[in-house]
Amino acid sequence: MTNHWNDLQNSDCILIMGSNPAENHPISFKWVTKAQKAGAKVIHVDPRFTRTSARSDMHAALRSGTDIAVLGGMINYILNEKRYFKEYMVEYTNASFIVGKDFGFKDGLFTGFDPATRSYDKSKWAFEMDSKGNPKQDKSLEHPRCVFQIMKKHYERYTLDKVSSMSGVSIEDLKQLYRMYTETGTAKKAGTIMYAMGWTQHSVGVQNIRAMAMIQLMLGNMGVAGGGVNALRGECNVQGSTDYALLYHILPGYLKTPLAGQDTLEQYNKAFTPVSNDPKSANWWSNYPKYSASLIKAMYENDDPKDAYNYLPRLDSHKASQYSWLPLIDRMADGKFSGALIWGMNPACSGSDSEKTRKALGELDWMVNVNLFTCETSDFWKGPGMDPKSVKTETFYLPCASAIEKEGSVSNSGRWMQWRYKAQEPQGGVLTDGHYFHELWEELVHLYNEEGGAFPEPITHLTFNSMCEADDKGHYHFSAQQTARLCNGWFTRDVEVKGKKFKKGQQVPSFAYLQDDGSTTSGNWLYCNSYTDEGNKAERHDSTQTAEQANIGLYPNWTWCWPVNRRIIYNRASCDPKGNPWNPEKAVIKWNGEKWIGDVPDGGWAPGTKHPFIMLKHGMGQLFGPGRVDGPLPEYYEPLECPVDTHAFSKQLHNPTAVHFEKEEKAVADERYPFVASTYRVTEHWQTGSMTRWMSWLVETEPQMFVEISPQLAKLRGFENGEKVVVESVRGSLWAIAMVTDRIQPYKVAGKDVHMVGMPWHYGWVTPKDGGDSANLVTPNVGDPNTGIPEYKAFMVNVRKWKEGDA
Amino acid sequence: MQRRTFLKTTAAAVTATAFTGLGPAFAMDNVVKEAGGNKIQWSSQTTSICAFCSVGCGLLVHTNKSTGRVVNVEGNSDHPINRGSLCAKGASSIQMTVNADRPTECLYRAPYSDRFEVKDWDWCKKRIAKLIKKSRDESFEEKNADGKVVNRTMGIASLGSAALDNEECYAMHSFMRSLGLVYVEHQARI
Repeated sequence: MTNHWNDLQNSDCILIMGSNPAENHPISFKWVTKAQKAGAKVIHVDPRFTRTSARSDMHAALRSGTDIAVLGGMINYILNEKRYFKEYMVEYTNASFIVGKDFGFKDGLFTGFDPATRSYDKSKWAFEMDSKGNPKQDKSLEHPRCVFQIMKKHYERYTLDKVSSMSGVSIEDLKQLYRMYTETGTAKKAGTIMYAMGWTQHSVGVQNIRAMAMIQLMLGNMGVAGGGVNALRGECNVQGSTDYALLYHILPGYLKTPLAGQDTLEQYNKAFTPVSNDPKSANWWSNYPKYSASLIKAMYENDDPKDAYNYLPRLDSHKASQYSWLPLIDRMADGKFSGALIWGMNPACSGSDSEKTRKALGELDWMVNVNLFTCETSDFWKGPGMDPKSVKTETFYLPCASAIEKEGSVSNSGRWMQWRYKAQEPQGGVLTDGHYFHELWEELVHLYNEEGGAFPEPITHLTFNSMCEADDKGHYHFSAQQTARLCNGWFTRDVEVKGKKFKKGQQVPSFAYLQDDGSTTSGNWLYCNSYTDEGNKAERHDSTQTAEQANIGLYPNWTWCWPVNRRIIYNRASCDPKGNPWNPEKAVIKWNGEKWIGDVPDGGWAPGTKHPFIMLKHGMGQLFGPGRVDGPLPEYYEPLECPVDTHAFSKQLHNPTAVHFEKEEKAVADERYPFVASTYRVTEHWQTGSMTRWMSWLVETEPQMFVEISPQLAKLRGFENGEKVVVESVRGSLWAIAMVTDRIQPYKVAGKDVHMVGMPWHYGWVTPKDGGDSANLVTPNVGDPNTGIPEYKAFMVNVRKWKEGDA
Repeated sequence: MQRRTFLKTTAAAVTATAFTGLGPAFAMDNVVKEAGGNKIQWSSQTTSICAFCSVGCGLLVHTNKSTGRVVNVEGNSDHPINRGSLCAKGASSIQMTVNADRPTECLYRAPYSDRFEVKDWDWCKKRIAKLIKKSRDESFEEKNADGKVVNRTMGIASLGSAALDNEECYAMHSFMRSLGLVYVEHQARI
């Protein structure tokens, strides 16, 4: 989230699209309804009528996977009807930038496409530069190659007729949606978006979000109270675990994993440190070398970062098609991994195509699974269709401490780092995950010291004991407090930075003081300022606020949030170039003549001296985004499994760069699999249910796998409500109880009825008895080309009556 | 002194004790106003954050002082986000921890075996470390196909976890990268 949960109350229009917060983030709705009571409009755009729709002022049902049609139509409407906030758009976005002559778009493809590699040469989308190396601009927005004109041309195809024919949303509903939301395109009004996996889990996931970010920039909704682009993240610490880079492509703080060919730290830094020649661009990532050196120093405190850089593994590329989840599981299925460490996760139910995933686990020589309870992953070798006597995988299940049996912090969607405390000792032989990591590392150091082996130094030099405290016998044990100190970072020697003197061992006050010479550690530069010499700020429970902060519901002394306790990011954009808030009644920051007051500003520079989007090279919000692998502007494509073989926007049926495997069949306009399917969650269970299916109060409320189908489809197939049916796809099948409901209705797509079914994915064969199995038995191994996130939200199935002998 | 505002009032003391950790000493004192008034006499209280979705609702956890076991988990009415409210899952939080179905020992299943057997952590640790080392040593690539230095382990995958605390995530990142792993993924990807 660029903003935070309490801030929803400040909004004038809340668009909920690609999420169902009343069901899946229930307490967030406290703030949605507060805004609504104050006069805000709440709009839900979703394939199903849900608990969220029931509380909204408007619900529009779109066919799953057609979001870019609906959003592209909104962009077209904003441009045609001049609903944009012009001063904001001209001053704070790249609307005026001139795009180079090589850029073009024809029939669903941008220039630079290579069909052989299914990838683009992004240099074809570059901006035209002036003599100083900055993008040329035309602030009149009339140049035919300026971003504004290119957008106009690109989205003029997104007419109400075409959008309606693909999405199934009526023209009347589209008009109402566009009118209601774009009323926020003024200085005094703010609109916000709440999205979740309903947007990310598509082969166009990133472009779904890009389209909305463009709308927010055009309407002037970024950086303001009640605005922003707000991702509702699914797990209590999925924000933190992303910040801490448990992902192939990043290191903590969104640094990049090193690539082959980057043989020195200097080469690595040069590759990822952007350069801007515009004195008004803060270009914050120009500090990259300080953050990378401090991270390496946190890992290897006794080495020079230049030497320890060599201890970091390097990838061949950052392509999602090479290292992300889908190719990882595919590689496992091919027997190319001998071992896997699976921590706090249940991939046998959570990955797409569960049968492939479960078989892949059987190709491992060994597997370690750590969880609160046993699950379909720890027990995969005795699951459906498995004969334990033919499964080689040596399997370990390690029980771990629960959240209230240890201390440590978690970061919520609003980036608040909140400390948790230990309320009881874990029982029996149960340890915390941190203790397991540390003790395994100690044992590996011992083995490498005794026996030698492949390049032992990265392991033996790792200063893991910096994350520990010693007991009275001198044994080191994992300590969350010590690790939190290291993640913030400390000075490794006496040093003077920016005129301030620091002693060795002092905590670094904020990332502005991090250095590139090994004199500072910081396990994650974004968290630098969270644990200073004042203490652990994630522990703070202080509700005090200034009047300005109270006015918009900011709690700057309650826990801490990254970066540097800034509660609303890009907040310089909430003021005009003179430092006056666009909306003085809901000011986030304002310039009092000497300094900014309110929230922590995005840099203390005086108004008008720096562009507001400080993390971007040119400092301007990117309406035109030349960095994505599938194009600089969102374009409509059908999901990789879809009910049609043509669509209204181009001849290019699918995202040409999507991650998929040629060898795996897909159902496209395939009469065997005629129904669109989508997966989702319910309040009473969580993710694969690996915890909640062991919690009796919750199992009692949601005991069994079901599939929601419309009365029309039930009639077509002859189903009764409550009957056991089979859902089947190209990949597999499962049984579910038919829940026949008006909440789902057929869509009119290109003049024909298209049916949809929806399923929760919380179930698995381990428990409860007769609860059913995972909906992921039928989901496809295809995904977004930027992120690799699988397309769980739109794929094709059949539903039929269950008969004896079916799974 | 109001401990809730400790950072404003006790900065010096905190600096002195920072190295040894603040958690246990402050835990009992992070009790909120309203709930503090309703404190069960025989229990101690700590604050926590709900372990399900990412709204980050505040919890109050009550521990029986004589047994040391958790007896109740409820919403923290002082928390600015949830103001004491919880959803059905959050309100059931205690069952995630206090649950007879939670294994308390490590389980081991030998290749081709049809059952788990209980093993102690020390045995598992030694066995797992040996397996990690064997896989790493066998699959370590100093250079890639183009002859470029890569220093990576191709034979081990790491999956997880958004269920870990930040500090554990950092420990996991450090550990996995030190092993040379490049196939490192978790819930955020799926």
